[in-house]
Amino acid sequence: MPRTLQEKLAILSDAARYDASCASSGTSRRDSRDGKGLGSAGGSGICHAYAPDGRCISLLKILMTNFCVYDCAYCVNRVSSNVERARFTPEEVVTLTLEFYRRNYIEGLFLSSGIIRSPDQTMSDMVRIARTLREREAFRGYIHLKTIPDAAPELVEEAGRYADRLSINVELPTDASVAAYAPEKKPEQIRKAMGEVKDHRAASLDRSHRGKRPGRFAPAGQSTQMIVGADGSTDATILGQSSKLYGSFGLRRVYYSAFSPIPDSSAKLPLVTPPLQREHRLYQADWLMRFYGFDATEITAARPDGNLELDLDPKLAWALAHRALFPVPVQTAERALLLRVPGFGTKTVDRILKTRRYRTIRYDDIRRMGANLKTARPFIALRDWSPGALTDSETLRARFAPPPEQLRLL
Amino acid sequence: MPTIALPRLHTDTAWRDAARGLLAAGVPPEDVLWAWDAPDQADLFGTTSAPPPAGTGITVPKSFLDLARRVVWHADPERFARLYAFLWRLRESPRLMADAADADLAHLNRMAKAVNRCAHKMTAFVRFRDLEAEGPRRHFAAWFEPTHHTVEPTAPFFARRFGDMDWIIATPDITARFENGAISFHPGQPRPDLPEDAAEELWGTYFRNIFNPARVKVRMMQSEMPKKYWKNLPEARHIPDMIARAETRAREMAEAAPTLPPLRAARIANLRPAPRVEAPMTFEDLRKRAEAESRETLPGYGRIVLGEGPEDADLMIVGEQPGDHEDREGRPFVGPAGQLFDRIAAEAGLDRDAAYVTNAVKRFKFRQTGKRRLHQPPNAGEIQHAKWWLDLERELVRPKLILSMGATALQSLTGKRDGLMKRRGRIEETAAGPVFVTVHPSYLLRLPDPSRREDETARFREDLEAVARLAA
Repeated sequence: MPRTLQEKLAILSDAARYDASCASSGTSRRDSRDGKGLGSAGGSGICHAYAPDGRCISLLKILMTNFCVYDCAYCVNRVSSNVERARFTPEEVVTLTLEFYRRNYIEGLFLSSGIIRSPDQTMSDMVRIARTLREREAFRGYIHLKTIPDAAPELVEEAGRYADRLSINVELPTDASVAAYAPEKKPEQIRKAMGEVKDHRAASLDRSHRGKRPGRFAPAGQSTQMIVGADGSTDATILGQSSKLYGSFGLRRVYYSAFSPIPDSSAKLPLVTPPLQREHRLYQADWLMRFYGFDATEITAARPDGNLELDLDPKLAWALAHRALFPVPVQTAERALLLRVPGFGTKTVDRILKTRRYRTIRYDDIRRMGANLKTARPFIALRDWSPGALTDSETLRARFAPPPEQLRLL
Repeated sequence: MPTIALPRLHTDTAWRDAARGLLAAGVPPEDVLWAWDAPDQADLFGTTSAPPPAGTGITVPKSFLDLARRVVWHADPERFARLYAFLWRLRESPRLMADAADADLAHLNRMAKAVNRCAHKMTAFVRFRDLEAEGPRRHFAAWFEPTHHTVEPTAPFFARRFGDMDWIIATPDITARFENGAISFHPGQPRPDLPEDAAEELWGTYFRNIFNPARVKVRMMQSEMPKKYWKNLPEARHIPDMIARAETRAREMAEAAPTLPPLRAARIANLRPAPRVEAPMTFEDLRKRAEAESRETLPGYGRIVLGEGPEDADLMIVGEQPGDHEDREGRPFVGPAGQLFDRIAAEAGLDRDAAYVTNAVKRFKFRQTGKRRLHQPPNAGEIQHAKWWLDLERELVRPKLILSMGATALQSLTGKRDGLMKRRGRIEETAAGPVFVTVHPSYLLRLPDPSRREDETARFREDLEAVARLAA
């Protein structure tokens, strides 16, 4: 019996929930004020709903099909799994996207797919959906396409013309883990595809000598995702890999996805409670690398095993390990040093820099500028505040770390 | 004392005009009362006055106008007075806007932030229902309850987004309509009866299934989607059940025994497409690529210098990186170290022209001091980066033996740079074939003591003799 749209949607959104990305921001500005199309984009994204897992729902995140010929151990859709299978027709995906969009449920579409028949075939079906949305329906909302690394370069190029963002998941932090758990995927192929996306994007920004721009290509850039906790990689390996990816392929984002239980899991990869706290710390570290001038090796140097502390955020852990640099004189310190103060965000630092040109900054002022003083207090010096011996106090760490927890009996 | 009555619609421009007039007339903040959307209401003395005519020549920082444009939509009745009081202070000290620590400014900033948040949540949580009207344009309607007066400033967002359909956003505050491309505002109203919409069922299905029961973070959800909005969100009615069943579902997944793969799995494995085969690169491609990349200049680095020699050589010689001379000529091993190497190789009976000579790193790395470009050793990242070139050269030449000179070449070829002196003079088997280890000729040039230099030169000559024998 053929499945209803409702049943297909249930199966194919169930299969898509392990992709962490939901960003819909930072693309080219466009709208439908002319009355000839639907949708707008650009500027900050909008999270239209939140599920009880705390993740935002911004895009209609679905798989075109969850049939797949690959056998990746961590994946719910691998060929050896007994989950129910379904497949949308391209027309169904287009209708769902538009009807959801018209009711203001979503910002656009995040389309991914299992590999059926061949990578090229799968990719060209996905491109067809994006093309229909853009050309026939004049849809101006956001489209994120998951690129299939083995697909022909022409298809990837076409995908970039219709999509706002392209992504290719590196899946696991090291080539060895990919070989062990995703035997059909080739890390070098993934990197090559990322390189091609980067080149296309760079070419699309180049003006000709007459100032003409070639067609747009994935204006919101590309991103990737790594599964955390499925293999034995340390945080140092993971962050090292991210910083390489940011550097070599100009990625907008690297997403970390705590390996979480899947229905009908593989015997190769036993299920664990998802390491949510670790995932959180990795995101914090990622932020430090992108906005706070930290280096991947600095962040993970604090512990010999190369992992981040779970009890303390990475910036605080770094500051506790480098107390000689503190307290920082807020009135005079340079920007790079202010950014290293735990409890100061980039906005706080910008406000401090702006205000201190005119007057002396006091303790209460910093509170109003948005700093978290409970954290920052031991690390800063102001005209009316000095941490005294607090900075070097042996109990400083204990002030921040959560109290020890009694182990639970089984 | 004058009471300034501001209208419900276009409050932003009305406040601005009134404030400009009051400021020009020099009316201090304590002498003004503000009323909003209450034309008949008057102050204790029963007088409502029109604001003085807007004066000219008053300038305020643009950032204040942006701030005021947000704050006027706040629900706090004090908002107009607060804005005017701050504007009064600003007249004396325009720099006040830059003082992020000023208490009054901080309060206004918080109000603006609350308005922005409310407007943002409106763009997120308005849910349209299809009115299934006849005609070329589709009709949709929504009921929404904003915290602040954000319908008017947010309506243009919906007009930009839903340009090809007609819509109504009804609220208790004001109702916005969009018909044939024009926005209009109407008085607020009680909740209308909207027809059922089948899409809400599909949306609920999506909401339930995109949720991962193995990671429950209810607090995170509620901080971003506060409960006050739930009653108008069709998906929210599923939340209690989703939370209640999450733990059981996660446990069941973990406890389920692994199953046998379905029968089709084996069949599909045979059908799996072969990986895409790349056309192999040729020397010609490699040179073109090097030229293309060299056109892009990197500060502190020279151009890409590829190796040279017979493309089917039996022996491949790998040095460190091009130097100043090599970079200028675009050929490897032509500088002082290269000349020394040529001399000793000739003595040892090693024919340089029969070998493919190249470097582990392809670009000269230097520090500019005055007119001189001082050599800088490549770091691990650069060695790793250049390995792509070296690997391709090696695959194309397919040498029987590789001569590795110096620690950089050793690291690139074997993955380990330590213990060069202990490892020299021997052959190491690597995945890429046998590698003969020796020092770099520039090492000989750097030895200050002439007698040691002589000894080391002799040792280097012996190594080259051994290589000449092995490669023959």
